[in-house]
Amino acid sequence: MRTRFFYLSTTVLLTTFLFGFAIQKTDNKTKQAPKVDNCLSCHKDIDDMPQGYSDYDVHRQAGLTCASCHGGDPSSTNQEVAMSPAKGYVGVPKRKDIPKFCGKCHSNIDYMRVYQPRIATDQVTQYYTSMHGKKLMAGDENVAECASCHTAHGIFPVKDPRSTVYKLNIPNTCNKCHGNSELMKKYNLPSNQLEEYSKSVHGIALLKQNDLGAPACNDCHGNHGAMPPGITSIAHVCGMCHSSNMEYFNATKMAKAFAEQDFHGCEQCHGNHCVQKPTDDMIGVGKNSKCVDCHDKGDVGYVAAEKIEGEIVQLKNSFDTATSKWEEVRQKGMNDVDIGFLLQDAKQDLIQSRTLVHTFDPAKVVVKTKDGMDITNKAIMLSDKEISEYYTRRNGFAAATLAFLVIVGALYFKIKDREKRK
Amino acid sequence: MKINRRKFLNSILGIGGIGGILSIFYPIVSYLIPPKMAEPKVNSVKAGMTSDFAANSYKIVKFGRKPVILIKTVDNQYKALSASCTHLDCIVQYKSDTKQIWCACHNGIYDLNGRNISGPPPRPLEQYDVKIVKDEIVITKMG
Amino acid sequence: MLKNIGSKIVSSIDERYDLTPVRNLLQHKKVPEHRHSVWYYMGGVTLFLFIVQLLTGILLLLYYRPGEDSAYESVRFIVTEVKFGWLIRNVHSWSANLLVLFAFVHMFSVFFSKAYEKPRELTWITGFIILVFSLAFGFSGYLLPWNELAFFATKVGTDIVGVVPVIGQPLKVLLRGGEDVTGATLSRFFGIHVAILPAIFTFFLALHLLFIQRQGMHEPEEFKNLPEEKKKYIPFFPDFALKDFLLWVVVFNVLIFLALYFPWELGNKADAFASAPKGIRPEWYFMFMFQSLKFLPAHILFIEGELLGVLFFGVAGFIWMLVPYIKIKHRSGWKFQPLTLIGIFVVIFIVIMTVLGYLL
Repeated sequence: MRTRFFYLSTTVLLTTFLFGFAIQKTDNKTKQAPKVDNCLSCHKDIDDMPQGYSDYDVHRQAGLTCASCHGGDPSSTNQEVAMSPAKGYVGVPKRKDIPKFCGKCHSNIDYMRVYQPRIATDQVTQYYTSMHGKKLMAGDENVAECASCHTAHGIFPVKDPRSTVYKLNIPNTCNKCHGNSELMKKYNLPSNQLEEYSKSVHGIALLKQNDLGAPACNDCHGNHGAMPPGITSIAHVCGMCHSSNMEYFNATKMAKAFAEQDFHGCEQCHGNHCVQKPTDDMIGVGKNSKCVDCHDKGDVGYVAAEKIEGEIVQLKNSFDTATSKWEEVRQKGMNDVDIGFLLQDAKQDLIQSRTLVHTFDPAKVVVKTKDGMDITNKAIMLSDKEISEYYTRRNGFAAATLAFLVIVGALYFKIKDREKRK
Repeated sequence: MKINRRKFLNSILGIGGIGGILSIFYPIVSYLIPPKMAEPKVNSVKAGMTSDFAANSYKIVKFGRKPVILIKTVDNQYKALSASCTHLDCIVQYKSDTKQIWCACHNGIYDLNGRNISGPPPRPLEQYDVKIVKDEIVITKMG
Repeated sequence: MLKNIGSKIVSSIDERYDLTPVRNLLQHKKVPEHRHSVWYYMGGVTLFLFIVQLLTGILLLLYYRPGEDSAYESVRFIVTEVKFGWLIRNVHSWSANLLVLFAFVHMFSVFFSKAYEKPRELTWITGFIILVFSLAFGFSGYLLPWNELAFFATKVGTDIVGVVPVIGQPLKVLLRGGEDVTGATLSRFFGIHVAILPAIFTFFLALHLLFIQRQGMHEPEEFKNLPEEKKKYIPFFPDFALKDFLLWVVVFNVLIFLALYFPWELGNKADAFASAPKGIRPEWYFMFMFQSLKFLPAHILFIEGELLGVLFFGVAGFIWMLVPYIKIKHRSGWKFQPLTLIGIFVVIFIVIMTVLGYLL
């Protein structure tokens, strides 16, 4: 009896102590966190929760409450008191006030540092430089503000696949407005970007193959400072990933000529949202050639284009021949390892010579294609050797079979002879 | 006549026999001759002498069926990593100016431990061990 | 001239060791000739294939390296880098399969001609033991290239051993060299395949051949009942030997034909963490047992179906081995002898189960 009392009292004491300690801890961490959150419990009770609310919202997970953004007094159970402006209640912010509403905390590094020391706090500033921000300031209520992309009550970190701004979700998030043709008509903007993008090499990589390295809308247009890339910036934007192409292109005379003519850098030949995997006939003088858009028969560029295409197509064909022979070698179960290595090298040369197209200098391209041709020719030679070896085996077998047939025949007649003699 | 037929058959049998023996022993003897590469090297590959390899440079070495990038750093350390970019399989290179591994295809960058630090690559490069045996560089799989 | 040297060597050996028994055997051994004589050659072909196995096996040993990291690579090395390595490996694989096939044919021909009856009981028993060891050869050799298919087939095969009560689990661990199929299993199977089995096998094979030489060829009932002057024999040497040799040459040629035109795939390297590939199946000569086990329900009465199946095959095999000692009275009204009927049933069962195994 006595021991039981002892246990009970210690348990109670211990629980109280730990509980108190726990409360104290959270208090230290987030000063705003109240002991009771009447906003949440009341709104849950009357089933009046904001659209898209999630318990796993990043803010809620960090310990913030409704009042952290909307103000008011969550400790009061009286609606009049809890939601009185005197207590700092702001309610639902007006659309044009939203950037400032979020910026209260997000533009304040002293506040943000507590949660993420490395976080940027320039989103609102950037936003006002964007087309969205400028129009919002001018009183246009149709443009995107923070919540349009991030949602209001179900915000997740950008690396979280549930987030509307997670890389794979971005194209659809932007498309919510930019795919609305009526809305876009007002701004004289097209509304088929997502459709085009989905068919582009980038869109297929990102949306179909889930290659997170492929660019989404924001990788070219920016996030908070979203703008169509300017003419001068196009080469730089593409060059973030296609660095060699940019380097080669910028060093050419043509880059300067493009700038003078107000041509759109990469976009001039490759297009924008619907950029496709380039084909070899984009260079050259054929019907798909981009070069002949400006260059006429006989001028230096025309000759160069013809030469470059010829070189690359030759290497490509040789590479294809080598690949199919290599495949045959594999099928026949012969030694394919060395040929595989050669093809790997040849593929590098092919990629590099295609990149070198952007120097528009046949001499530079030829250096690579020649190297590539040497390698593919070697691969073809090795494959032929393996394949002929395969057929030599059959000849060897034929020879052996002949020898065995002679033995079998001679034995047969010998046996017949012996039987006859009996 | 009988005798002649028998002799004839015997000599045919002899010729066939020699042919048969040849077609059995030729493959066997060829089999016994050690091939160029004396044994299947699967866990290690030799990558030349240390003296032939300048500091702050790299080369691509064949390791089984995979290419491996071997780097000699400025302070004469050796690093070996898979040379296939984890993004789209291009062969990476060592940039002697930034001391980083760089994939030219989409500007992916890895540090010298193979960690993907910028650009599209989704994963680090696989690491290999490098040992020096009597001034010869030997690359082995991570144990 | 060659003949002279040869006879000189023979006579010098004869002088020292007295070759009379050998000479007697060669001169007097004769083989009965009748319409079922063709079955006399099956054992010889099996013996020939065993010799091929022995030689190609020794050749493979020169390059093969057991071990998780080297087994697959070394087999790949043999078939791609070593000159004629592909031939040696494929002949070894094909010969293994043909050996089992001919061993089965040999066994059933002996069974149906009742050649196992007194005084040849021990020849039958040693023969059965040889067959079981051939299967063990096949099972252990299948794993050695360490490819996906072999890895999972071995997993399934050794799992079946585990269902035997009491000794099953320890036996499974013993076979696998641990709880699971790993590199340790490979080492173990390698040792079994190249050292333990050849030793035991050769011993029983020698006994088997010795018994046959002592007792001569079996004469079937209808041949025995012929009047003495109608019985036809051919001398073992050289007539039968020549025919034997002729057949061996043909079989050898077929063997290299198969090796060249139907090479055995190496497949992918075994990966313990990969999911089992589709279509893992044992080698064809285990198929009938494998398929029967699959057909059994999970539980028969209170015993596990698989266990019952394994026990059944164990007991059936044992009874099969002791066939020479089983006597069933033959009633005059029966058209077939009961044992023959059982044999026919066994053959039909094996054929149907094997075919089903590949169709289903």
